[in-house]
Amino acid sequence: MAHGPAQGITRWLYTTNHKDIGTLYLWFSFAMFLLGGFFAMVIRAELFEPGMQIVKPEFFNQMTTMHGLVMVFGAIMPVFVGLANWQIPMMIGAPDMALPRMNNLSFWILPFAFALMASTLFMEGGGPNFGWTFYAPLSTTYAPDSVNYFIFAVHILGASSIMGSINIIATVLNMRAPGMTMMKMPLFVWTWLITAFLLVAVMPVLAGAVTMMLMDINFGTSFFDAAGGGDPVLFQHVFWFFGHPEVYIIILPAFGVISQIIPTFSRKPLFGYSSMVYATAAIAFLSFIVWAHHMFTVGMPLAGELYFMYATLLIAVPTGVKVFNWITTMFRGSLTFETPMLFAIAVVVLFTLGGFTGLMLAIAPADIQYHDSYFVVAHFHYVMVAGAVFAATGAVYYWLPKWCGRMYDETLGKTQFWISFIGFNITFFPQHFLGLAGMPRRYADYALQFADWNMVSSIGAFIYGASQLLFLFIVVQAIRNGRPVSEPKTWEGAEGLEWTLPTPVPYHTFTTPPEVR
Amino acid sequence: MLSRAKPLVMRLLGTVLLLPLASIVCAEEGSFWDGLNMPRGVTSVSRQVYDLHMAVFWICVVIGVVVFGVMFYSMYAHRKSKGAKASNFHESTAVEIAWTVVPTLILLVMAFPATTALLDLYDTSEADMDIKITAYQWKWQYEYMGEGVSFMSELSTPESAIYNSTPKSEFYLQEVSEPLVLPVGKKIRFLITAKDVLHAWWVPAFAVKRDAIPGFINETWTRIDEPGVYRGECAELCGKGHAFMPIVVNAVPEPEYNAWLAEKKTAMAAERELASKQFGLDDLMVKGEEAYNRSCAACHMGNGEGIAGVFPALKGSPVALGAIEQHLDVVINGTAGTAMQAFGGQLSEVDLAAIITYERNAWGNNTGDVVQPVDVLKFKQGREK
Repeated sequence: MAHGPAQGITRWLYTTNHKDIGTLYLWFSFAMFLLGGFFAMVIRAELFEPGMQIVKPEFFNQMTTMHGLVMVFGAIMPVFVGLANWQIPMMIGAPDMALPRMNNLSFWILPFAFALMASTLFMEGGGPNFGWTFYAPLSTTYAPDSVNYFIFAVHILGASSIMGSINIIATVLNMRAPGMTMMKMPLFVWTWLITAFLLVAVMPVLAGAVTMMLMDINFGTSFFDAAGGGDPVLFQHVFWFFGHPEVYIIILPAFGVISQIIPTFSRKPLFGYSSMVYATAAIAFLSFIVWAHHMFTVGMPLAGELYFMYATLLIAVPTGVKVFNWITTMFRGSLTFETPMLFAIAVVVLFTLGGFTGLMLAIAPADIQYHDSYFVVAHFHYVMVAGAVFAATGAVYYWLPKWCGRMYDETLGKTQFWISFIGFNITFFPQHFLGLAGMPRRYADYALQFADWNMVSSIGAFIYGASQLLFLFIVVQAIRNGRPVSEPKTWEGAEGLEWTLPTPVPYHTFTTPPEVR
Repeated sequence: MLSRAKPLVMRLLGTVLLLPLASIVCAEEGSFWDGLNMPRGVTSVSRQVYDLHMAVFWICVVIGVVVFGVMFYSMYAHRKSKGAKASNFHESTAVEIAWTVVPTLILLVMAFPATTALLDLYDTSEADMDIKITAYQWKWQYEYMGEGVSFMSELSTPESAIYNSTPKSEFYLQEVSEPLVLPVGKKIRFLITAKDVLHAWWVPAFAVKRDAIPGFINETWTRIDEPGVYRGECAELCGKGHAFMPIVVNAVPEPEYNAWLAEKKTAMAAERELASKQFGLDDLMVKGEEAYNRSCAACHMGNGEGIAGVFPALKGSPVALGAIEQHLDVVINGTAGTAMQAFGGQLSEVDLAAIITYERNAWGNNTGDVVQPVDVLKFKQGREK
């Protein structure tokens, strides 16, 4: 009854197979990662020295904007959707996703959204130049004409995310194998389930924000224009009501990945499984009530300022629980350090550093100094890159042998890890210094006292960028010429339904549901 | 191969941890590492903020040492290659409650001083003087409320230094045409707003950062303890000139401040006087070029060609070549819904007249028209009726 995929391009265009769609998402997100990375290289090259050398300030602003948008919406979000597509059905013993045709659609509208967004760079007046947070009125009254294309692109990718999330929710709630109770689900499935609810809740808010922009720009409304009775700060409230949960949308699946990898290479079950689940849910809940900590300098009333500070501090508690659980999982385990484990450990360490700076940023009076400085840039790259991107990279190393029955080159993998790790820290650690010393973010040029650390940061960025090309090489080499592996468990300590399947996993799996005890 | 990787892991992670430590210790000795940490500043608020920053930092360091210490110990002692056998424990209610409660208590400890500092930072009452700060793309206007003194403060670094054809001075991108002069020891309330997009007025030494929002006025305050020159910048993305609108504050003792204020009032009266004078075309062209480069060239470019699709060209434009009345209207009142600001309130009549004359006669726009300051004044008065 099992049959293979169609041949040629139609396999990818018409596919409803969760593994094919997962593959599409992964390759797409990697392409976007390289594109967004290229924009980052332009930024760091320009900031290598004081003075304008390579680009003009107006183009620099387009680069920072597009870098943020492409990385957040094009690279990090889709890579976890790709991992979810591959893994969730195999982890819960389902034959496929619950809504396979919608799955196809939710992927295939993404390339159009990003083609539309990237095309704005070639339009008269240039692409979006108002930062990835697109604060009004810079993004409305003062925006280039291409902003309408940007708005349309955001609508499309929002629709894609919502469809993807509905699919994940439907799959997890309905398609678990007999005996796979909720509290037996692997943590990656749990974090994705919660993430999917976050997405369904906040993507419409983002859509609302850009729709209000569209109205302000083209139809004479004044949502964000004080001259017509509106308020520019309303935009920030709406945006961050989406934007803060968005941060957890990005990081929760990464937490899920880490919670799979660390027990495997510790050869020990995850410590505090149920507290992990509750902590994830607590983080998700708190993410809805802390949004204005991104706005401590807008001049909120004192009461608002205090409330958002206290609520934000609370997030440290469930996040701390997660970190403690990971470390206790490693404690008295039997540890080995293959590439996925190296990435997982780096996530725990570097994400925690990002968490510490997050705690500092939560202190509202101190945030007056940190706000919109390079300290913030350093903080969120520690969370987004060393958290989410490192986790996704580790996940690919972890599951790739299972997916295609071929092993990557372990030495090259470790090399790539070390280059990434060192490059990343050289890039972003000095940015803490720059921010504390007073360099604002999104600056195309800077005063002379910031010159040294900017140069160091740029050198680190080129190293980190190069390490991603090595990653591409390693993955392609593994897929084409990697050492074949056939044992169901790639890793000695791996547990879970996906590791009971043959390696490489067949095109269709669990057509009859497994029994979970 | 595995065993070789591990000491390296530890050494590198250790570096990441120790670097900030080392830098902070050095910073307190006031050495060349100064640029690594937040400045302590020269106001009571900035010192409170600094102390909070350091307190939370050290709490984080201690937590980090404990947490990563346990982790690195496991990575060292519980390696499979050393024959470690995995235990099977995976739950402990007591431990899990402990590490939920302890962090909560630590957070409470942090919240108290943070609340105190915030209450202080928000107390704008009983100010000795008010300064209204209005942000424009890409300059600041300072108005001494009740004194009749106001002026624009914009970047004075020449474009040639930015584009590397001339050397960069010591205060590259941190120098302005006219600094904000403030007295030390006085409680100064800032009323901050913007005319176009969002900006944020940030002077790190005062720990003052507040968004400038078009249509709204934000309040904050400072009291400077030590005379000196303090430099800051715009902290909210505001378009292509975001990095090019610095802040310079010259804090001086009160008598010096009073003398400066009196002198400034005289100078402003003299400038108003000039508005009734008649100028020749050549005179206006010279003044106009200088004022144009200061106030207009950022968008319309030095050669008057603008930036296609964003900022219209003036060279050969219908406004610059058409009726003078319309040209005056656009420059003085701006164009609603676009980036074209209303310059009527920003520039003197002489500057406005010079700029308009310049735009009508430069780059081959040879209309031969001369616009006098009185024409500008008349237009403004006619509009106000």
